[in-house]
Amino acid sequence: MQVGDVLETQTYAVRRADLVRYAGASGDFNPIHWSDRVATSVGLPGVIAHGMYTMALAARAVATWTDGAEVVELGCKFTNPVVVPDDDTGIDVAVAGIVKSVEDGRVTIALEVTCEGTKVLGAPKAVVRA
Amino acid sequence: MPVDQSLVGREFPPTQPYRVSAEKVREFSVATDPGRQAVPATFPIVMAFEAMNAFLADVGVELHRIVHGEQRFTYERPIAVGDELTATLAVASLRQIGGNDIIGTRSEIRDAGGELVCTTTATLVHRGGQEGSR
Repeated sequence: MQVGDVLETQTYAVRRADLVRYAGASGDFNPIHWSDRVATSVGLPGVIAHGMYTMALAARAVATWTDGAEVVELGCKFTNPVVVPDDDTGIDVAVAGIVKSVEDGRVTIALEVTCEGTKVLGAPKAVVRA
Repeated sequence: MPVDQSLVGREFPPTQPYRVSAEKVREFSVATDPGRQAVPATFPIVMAFEAMNAFLADVGVELHRIVHGEQRFTYERPIAVGDELTATLAVASLRQIGGNDIIGTRSEIRDAGGELVCTTTATLVHRGGQEGSR
């Protein structure tokens, strides 16, 4: 990988079933990720994806681009919710990436994670071993 | 009810040792990155989340009032099947903005030998106010 490389955008469909599976796997059973009633009661438009699920999809894209390179840093802000409709199609999350630096055996990838054209993560970034 | 400012700097007891099993890693991989063999990078959230839950219960905050603001991981080494890990959470910062508490936490994940495996920081937004008023 070289500085400036534009990595192939990875798109993942997120459905309610994916959130339920992630809840079970992660132990995060916050009802805002599976109950419209609770989600709307706290002012959300409906059930939203776990921020950590979206972050895991960003990490999945990084693993795809780097063939599973060791991750040494991963971080983001959660700036906009990914609202997941109660249907069979779900909603797409797209993960784009650009190589920002390659030095000291480390590759820094700046990510852009969007849902329907809106950035859902703030300044997402991964650093992997080259 | 706002979270008590005196929490800043407080460290909570470590979580019970968590043994990383092949089955659990497979379950997490199927949920986040099907087909990949390695332990997913966000896997330490399993221990960090347990530490956060214990913290929220201790300070009397309900999980559904929490919105995740930020998460960062720094890894000393990859997690491997067979690791026995604990997470120790400390409250790093606390601010009140517009009726919400912005809670900064820092959790250290260590192996059975006490070696640091991963440090993860989280910003948790505690949404105050009446149910249904926002």
